[in-house]
Amino acid sequence: MAKERLLKEHKAGSLLVSLTAVVAGILAGCILLLVLGRNPMEAMRLIIHGSVSDPRRIGNTIAVATQLILIGLSVAFGYKAGLINIGGSGQMLVGGCVASLWAYYGQGIPRPLYLVIIVVSGAIAGGLWGFISGFLKAKFNVHEVVSCIMLNWTALWIIYETIPAFMVDPSVASRSASVPAAQSLRTPLLSQFFPRSYINWGIIIAIAMVFVIAFILNKTTLGYQLKAVGANRFCAEYAGIKVSRNIIISMTIAGALSGIAGVTYYCGYSNMIYRNQMPNEGFDGIAVALLGNCNPVGVFFAALFFAILKAGKGSLGAGAGIPPEIADTIIAVIIYFSATSVLFRRLWDRLFHGMYEKKLGKMNIKAAGPSSDVER
Amino acid sequence: MSYVIEMLNIRKEFPGIVANDDITLQVEEGEIHAILGENGAGKSTLMSILFGLYHADRGTIKVRGKEVKINSPNDANDLGIGMVHQHFQLIHNYTVTENIILGKEGGFVLDTRQGRRKIKELSERYGLNIDPDSVIENISVGMQQRVEILKMLYRDADILIFDEPTAVLTPQEIDEMMDIMRALAKEGKSIIIITHKLDEIKAVAQRCTVIRRGRLIGVVDVASTSTAEMAAMMVGRQVNFKVQKAPAKPGEAVLEVKDLNVLNNKKVLGVKDFSLSVHAGEIVGIAGVDGNGQSELVEAITGLRPIESGSVSLLGRDITKLSIKERNDLGLGHIPEDRQKRGLVLSFPLYDNFIIKDFEKRPFSHHGLLDKPQIKEYSQAIIEKYDVRSGEGVNSLAGKLSGGNQQKAIIGREITAQPKLLIAVQPTRGLDVGAIEFIHAQLVKHRDEGNAVLLVSFELDEIFNLSDRIAVINAGRLIDIVKTEDTDEYAVGLMMAGIKSGKEVG
Repeated sequence: MAKERLLKEHKAGSLLVSLTAVVAGILAGCILLLVLGRNPMEAMRLIIHGSVSDPRRIGNTIAVATQLILIGLSVAFGYKAGLINIGGSGQMLVGGCVASLWAYYGQGIPRPLYLVIIVVSGAIAGGLWGFISGFLKAKFNVHEVVSCIMLNWTALWIIYETIPAFMVDPSVASRSASVPAAQSLRTPLLSQFFPRSYINWGIIIAIAMVFVIAFILNKTTLGYQLKAVGANRFCAEYAGIKVSRNIIISMTIAGALSGIAGVTYYCGYSNMIYRNQMPNEGFDGIAVALLGNCNPVGVFFAALFFAILKAGKGSLGAGAGIPPEIADTIIAVIIYFSATSVLFRRLWDRLFHGMYEKKLGKMNIKAAGPSSDVER
Repeated sequence: MSYVIEMLNIRKEFPGIVANDDITLQVEEGEIHAILGENGAGKSTLMSILFGLYHADRGTIKVRGKEVKINSPNDANDLGIGMVHQHFQLIHNYTVTENIILGKEGGFVLDTRQGRRKIKELSERYGLNIDPDSVIENISVGMQQRVEILKMLYRDADILIFDEPTAVLTPQEIDEMMDIMRALAKEGKSIIIITHKLDEIKAVAQRCTVIRRGRLIGVVDVASTSTAEMAAMMVGRQVNFKVQKAPAKPGEAVLEVKDLNVLNNKKVLGVKDFSLSVHAGEIVGIAGVDGNGQSELVEAITGLRPIESGSVSLLGRDITKLSIKERNDLGLGHIPEDRQKRGLVLSFPLYDNFIIKDFEKRPFSHHGLLDKPQIKEYSQAIIEKYDVRSGEGVNSLAGKLSGGNQQKAIIGREITAQPKLLIAVQPTRGLDVGAIEFIHAQLVKHRDEGNAVLLVSFELDEIFNLSDRIAVINAGRLIDIVKTEDTDEYAVGLMMAGIKSGKEVG
């Protein structure tokens, strides 16, 4: 008898599961709109209109995505080592603050060098913030969620005092003086394609970081160690991998990524820091990482998607009196579904299993066919 | 003869592997029926199908002559089928009664009195000797297993499946377990026992279904079949139970432990004034009942646990202050006791698991960059040599392998690294006779290549089969070290209980 051919049963991949969460989130948003007596199609049209209908809007959406990509990467990178970096906001703030100080006091430095300086110093500041959390976790077993949240507030209050001391805007007390466009990451090279938008070098840096982080995680011994510590720290310890050191490195790199996000946000996108405002991006980054399955490329697309929702939601209220919070609701539902993605996985797997059994049945009939011919 | 369970022509495929290929199993009423097979032969898959955890691709299941569809464990329970899993499913801070009645509590207000009475009754009837008010975390593993049995009986199951019930038990507990099974069968329960321990099959089972690589090999009458015949059926060739080895030619001391004191998890001394040396070219076995300081000793030598006082030297160098990595790099290999906790990263593919100690070394990485093709080639050689069976070869996730194959993967990794000192803790736990034979031969070969082996095992057979010298540990102290040929199981057994009678050796 011929060797029996193995029929492969298809299993649901991460991409399919994430997409299912997105579709389910949008559906939930639509249902909510129907309940409110609004037209969901109209809302979707407005979101698309507000985010990608002309070059300026596309530029702004990309600028929003920039921070989300970087913070999403930051959260994903920490998560690979088993850490929950909820301190993206604080890391962003210190990174952005240091870069802004350069913007006010570093005039006259040649522009290419200047740009390198602000990005690197922002990364160092954010990295330091991450390092503190990592160090506390490694040496004193302080949970990183606790130290991250405390450091978020530490950063906020430091900046609260730094602004009136070093970045005074004579007319407004509630925020820093704005960073002159010439001292920001904005560049005519990109702005010419997306006129009057906030697009800046940040998106190029973010895309580069997607590749850098993917490379570190998949190709280097550093990434290998971090993942081993994250996946099974007892086995890592047994194998001689220094668990504490890897926790610190992971949080430092995660902090540096968020620090760069702060540079792109405060010296490229908004160009000013409000004294008493915790940036939401630090928390949005968690959603991005979750939807992107903590995979750098997944994070990139998840960030683009969330950026469309965030950039487009302004048009809802203005255009049709639809509460813009609907976009946030959709994001929230997607987060729920991403977090419970195991349910979708099971659903798909069951579906695939049904198809597989059907195929198997057909194969049996085929296999039975020729032999019955022989009998005749 | 009427069959209480019939599984006819069962087939089940997983990606890349046929776990059950046209297997038929027929169990008579009131018999103890063993299912014998190597690791990954498909025993657990077959039972999972019967218990509703998997669905068969083909085949029919009949219970008491009636064809049934079992889609979930609940369906199985309704048909009177109960299963004791290898890993118990008990809530640790609940009492025995609370655990047993869980899911069958009845009304809104929890009334444990009635359940308690029934549990007491059942316990007495089958000689289980269980106190319904004990809290799970305070009773021994053997007792916990009895709670699992009571759980099935409480739900009026009369077809009982035991998945490797003795893997976690001490020798005495095993004997008691056998008595319990006999008592259950006498009361009319039908029992299916999954195992690869031939002695146990001989002791309790009437008939035995043998499976090899997913196929039915045959059904034998246990009384009229020798263990050697059953082993040959299971493995597909003759099996040597005795390890072939030449007398040891001990060389330089590789491991020297002096006056070692180590705290255990309860912060009291788990290892006390322990001294031991292991030489190149010899296997020293540590005999002792589980929990007498073996884990603490091994963790202290490997660097996983700090020591209180004393010293550990490897190849003449004091390693007490060295990191785990430095010790590994000096030539220390370790087959850990808990393979899932320490031994493997379950969510990593096999090839990443094989380099977990050496990923920073050439040829696996250069300048911090991993060389995947080299890593995979190296891994492929290990899984071929150590017969690690998996669906997708080196790309399979470690967690998808059966327990025995996980163990083979760890042993393959450790021996392939050619350590000067190999510490093997329970190296063959959960393995079938064919694999045990192979692993034992590999350990002896490693010795013959001039390396030292420190073996920790709770099975005296294994200690006597492999060791050149036997060190007996009791309550953290070294009772004595004796040459294997100068002692016997009786003397070592006494020493394990803390009574010294063996002859002193150098």
